[in-house]
Amino acid sequence: MSGNRAVREDAKGHGDSSVVSIRATTGWRFLDLGELWKYRELLYFLAWRDIKVRYKQTAIGLAWALIQPLAMMAIFTILFGKLAKLPSDGIPYPLFALAGIMPWQVFSRSISESASSLVTDQRLITRIYFPRIIVPTTTVLAGLVDFAIAFTALVILMLIYRIAPNINLVFLPAFIILMAITALGIGYWLSALNIEYRDVAYVLPFLTQFWLFATPVVYPSSMVPEQWQILYGLNPMSGVIEGFRWSLLGAGRGPGIMTAVSVLVSATLFISGIMWFRRRERTFVDAVGSGGR
Amino acid sequence: MLNTAIRAEALSKQYRIGQLQRYKALRATITSVLSGTVHAARQVLAGSKNSNLSKEARRHIWALKDVSFTVNQGEVLGVIGHNGSGKSTLLKVLSRITEPTQGWAEVRGRVVSLLEVGTGFHPELTGRENIFLNGAILGMQRREIAHKFDDIVAFSGLEKFIDTPVKHYSSGMYVRLGFSVAAHLDAEVLLVDEVLAVGDAAFQQKCLDRMHQVTNSGRTVLFVSHNMAAIRNLCSRAIVLESGRLVCDAAPEEAIAQYLTSVREVGQPDASTAEPVETGSGRVRILRGKAESPFGEDNTVLAGAPARFIIWYRAAEHQSLVKLGLIITVSDSNGVNIFSCHTGMNQSFSDLPAAGKIVCQVNQIPLIPGEYMAHIVLKDDAGVAAQVNNAIKLRVVDDGSFGLVDLLPPMWGTVVVPHQWHWLPENSDMREVQHGNGS
Repeated sequence: MSGNRAVREDAKGHGDSSVVSIRATTGWRFLDLGELWKYRELLYFLAWRDIKVRYKQTAIGLAWALIQPLAMMAIFTILFGKLAKLPSDGIPYPLFALAGIMPWQVFSRSISESASSLVTDQRLITRIYFPRIIVPTTTVLAGLVDFAIAFTALVILMLIYRIAPNINLVFLPAFIILMAITALGIGYWLSALNIEYRDVAYVLPFLTQFWLFATPVVYPSSMVPEQWQILYGLNPMSGVIEGFRWSLLGAGRGPGIMTAVSVLVSATLFISGIMWFRRRERTFVDAVGSGGR
Repeated sequence: MLNTAIRAEALSKQYRIGQLQRYKALRATITSVLSGTVHAARQVLAGSKNSNLSKEARRHIWALKDVSFTVNQGEVLGVIGHNGSGKSTLLKVLSRITEPTQGWAEVRGRVVSLLEVGTGFHPELTGRENIFLNGAILGMQRREIAHKFDDIVAFSGLEKFIDTPVKHYSSGMYVRLGFSVAAHLDAEVLLVDEVLAVGDAAFQQKCLDRMHQVTNSGRTVLFVSHNMAAIRNLCSRAIVLESGRLVCDAAPEEAIAQYLTSVREVGQPDASTAEPVETGSGRVRILRGKAESPFGEDNTVLAGAPARFIIWYRAAEHQSLVKLGLIITVSDSNGVNIFSCHTGMNQSFSDLPAAGKIVCQVNQIPLIPGEYMAHIVLKDDAGVAAQVNNAIKLRVVDDGSFGLVDLLPPMWGTVVVPHQWHWLPENSDMREVQHGNGS
């Protein structure tokens, strides 16, 4: 109990700094970074919960994170590599496809899980206060762990095909961050919309399928005519996946105007997503009700 | 040194009825139908008293209105009121779960609300894992949880099951673990809502002791309860809420007296606090509910006579329902729950069509005459699918079905159990009673 007292005196010592003011807020606002920092462990624990629970009661557990992209790679290689004979920027098609599939799967899974995250965790948000933006954020963090696991498959495939990365590799983290920011931005938008309009959950599977083919996953962006590149870059995942292949496999033309457009779109989505989420979060609890007593 | 721990100034919270269901147009329609039904029923029962209630006023509810009070550090404040008087909303606003519509409040220090213990437990995770997760959700640091881990486990008495996934726990074990985590929080301000009503008697005593310990340790506590004895024992002051307004702020005895007077004055539940309140995931909807007896009009049943509750439901996805369980709870005009009919494990429905009605047959209504309220809960395999509080305004009238010359007034209890009286010679065998039935 001596520990308890220490904590309490500590809080008293801070005096007025620990006073929480509760009142109606209005208008747009950005993140409360100080508060988020205080809740950083919750972010970690919720992501840990998502990962831990995801593969419980499965026979092969984490291996699913490997099997899913590999299975998709096999199908795409047969359909688009062998039958349709799509070009692959001069690298073996399976490797080309996997380097696109991995970020794509993490992205599409993250946004669909983010979209439903607030509804899934409604018991939590209707009973305890914490920065609500943590909820969609954790789903993307958990997705990144899947990504790390799937990455080992890519490394093995690179060894098999004897393709070594060049100096471009130093840019890889930047493209992973770009992917995460894109997923977070879209996740913030969709989760805030989904809590009021469950239509989102119905539109999303159809949207991601369409989106897959608007993204250079099964084909290289070099197939898209030069004059359309800027338009093509409006899909932020174009920039992510092209950049991913370029930094890892040395394939493609490297960052250009298309990448710049993608970065711009991604940043816009991220910031506007936060703003929208923060604006709508006031009524989340009222929108879902108390979910039983 | 008296410091203010909580200060509320004209705190108000408005809800729009139907706002809860905005994500589906169909839902709003059904809600208005449902509230229309209850409204009509109320008019029949209460005469035309409410007919001047405008449509707009019915669409918006002030769950809290101009509530102002202060709580000093170390004070234990009781909050009393009927169901729907705004107690829970007050705790929700103070714990920042929802924002006030008007007014403001200031809270000094870390606030922990025990609105529902075990919140955020994940069924697939073990007790150990859930302690850490739950602690983090409640705002504890990992170090702090690790430090108190043994105390928490010891308090819960679940040492043997701590590495078992909590999905294998009984509901009692679940609550014990949840309360144990919450009870070990270092918070300056504790918001407590009826957590003492959980677990078995021994654990309840443990919780009460812990509450005593907490209240003597200089922490500020807001304690919401229907248990007047607990309010009397634990609180140094109490406030009474009525229809979202603060009507009394005084010593516990005085506040309790005020509350009980208002109960008697109102007699029948105040119509404005008895709006149906609908919650739940919405996977299944309660379209309508009513009670009927073989003799009377709808929602009027006879004391001691058979009656049935009828519930019309519809699944949101127009798919058949794999599993459906129901609870009908009847509470008295003070909002105290009296009894429930529960499908339980054995009687819950499986593979039901997407729409229909469900009938609950009660052989004997065990209530003395008066006004009661029935609440309906539908549960599917994912939890509470629909809950309508104040769904049926139930009137119990007496026609002598209990076979008693006269029933005692409510102060002797509102429940009547079937019973017989016998006289026996001093040394006779009890078995004779069964044989000589009904002498």
